[in-house]
Amino acid sequence: MTYYDPKDLAKFGDIGKNAPEAAKKFFAYYEEVFAEGALTAREKALIALAVAHAVQCPYCIDAYTGTCLEKGSNADEMTEAVHVAAAIRGGATLVHGVQMRNILDKKAF
Amino acid sequence: MDAATFAETLAAHGLPPLCKGTPDTLQVNVGYLCNRACRHCHLEAGPARTERMSRVVMDEVVALARRAPFALADVTGGAPEMNPDIGHLLRELAALTPRRIFRTNLVALEGREELLGLLTSGGWGIGASLPAVNAGQVDGVRGDGVFERSLNMLRRLNALGYGQGQGLELHLVSNPGGAFLPPSQAAATKTFRRALDLQGIVFNSLMTFANVPLGRFRSWLEASGNLEDYEASLRQRFNPQVVCGLMCRNILSVGWDGRLYDCDFNQALGLASATAEHISDYQSHSPPDEVAIPVGEHCFACTAGSGFT
Repeated sequence: MTYYDPKDLAKFGDIGKNAPEAAKKFFAYYEEVFAEGALTAREKALIALAVAHAVQCPYCIDAYTGTCLEKGSNADEMTEAVHVAAAIRGGATLVHGVQMRNILDKKAF
Repeated sequence: MDAATFAETLAAHGLPPLCKGTPDTLQVNVGYLCNRACRHCHLEAGPARTERMSRVVMDEVVALARRAPFALADVTGGAPEMNPDIGHLLRELAALTPRRIFRTNLVALEGREELLGLLTSGGWGIGASLPAVNAGQVDGVRGDGVFERSLNMLRRLNALGYGQGQGLELHLVSNPGGAFLPPSQAAATKTFRRALDLQGIVFNSLMTFANVPLGRFRSWLEASGNLEDYEASLRQRFNPQVVCGLMCRNILSVGWDGRLYDCDFNQALGLASATAEHISDYQSHSPPDEVAIPVGEHCFACTAGSGFT
């Protein structure tokens, strides 16, 4: 038993059953965001893959691994994108050390 | 509930069954022998295959091209370079079809200077398969070191005048390296041009095609647990807009033994063309009205997304 079943991804649209207007607006926004723009659809898929790892969403990782491949990205590019996510997450942890230092400087001799 | 068949899907979109038009392309498969054994190959071509077009059948192909004109001759395999009589076929067809394409995996052309001379002097265009512009991906499909060898052959073809706008066409063909659909042709072309330009390589065009779930590719899909999802993704991307331009309507695909098919994929399945059973039975381009093209689950690969035309 797992809370995450890959087949559940296909049920994403069901989320609109009790809030159809909000869901309609969300999915329209989502479609607009991922359309070809100043960034290509391939670049947006790589960003999505990195963010999916940062927020650790298995549905998104599944979906955007496939999308990245179908948009023409290769394993090297996708792995580098995941490292970007890891660097930002790690960096975000570490940079909060500044807060710790501020408090240390105030409270300790 | 079972998924709709291809024929049912056409009908559900208000489209008539696929019927043969007047063939303008003569595709000749000279055999399944190949120096590679690619995982995506729907014909299961490879070094152990013995099916090979004889000179007798080649002469029947030439006789057909003489009595029934085709705008394009498309010679393929396996690796067509490995048929010992390939030069005979290329020489004879050169005078009979205004446009000619020779398919190659590039590495099978290595060391074949006489054949390269024949292709160049005969004005044969090249349809070169190159899965990607990334060594890891190409070597994963084709074997270690194949990417660099492919680039070297492309440079050699450029040096011979291919892809330089001097009449010798150099087209690249890319198939995905796995159970996923190809990127759009426009996006992939940009990527290929940018990467190959850095390597000093030019080409006329790039075609991106979905892998067809037949042969060795189907076996791999089954073994890797990808078959169900891959077939479902092909169905989901069914694009009714591409149906009228499908290549099977206008191609006559001749197998190594002279049997006729409506496309290379039906050849892989042994689904014979209803126009005529054998090349010797095909007299002219006047097929009976409404000759149906045999279809199957594999046809969804040609109608997914931007299609296989």
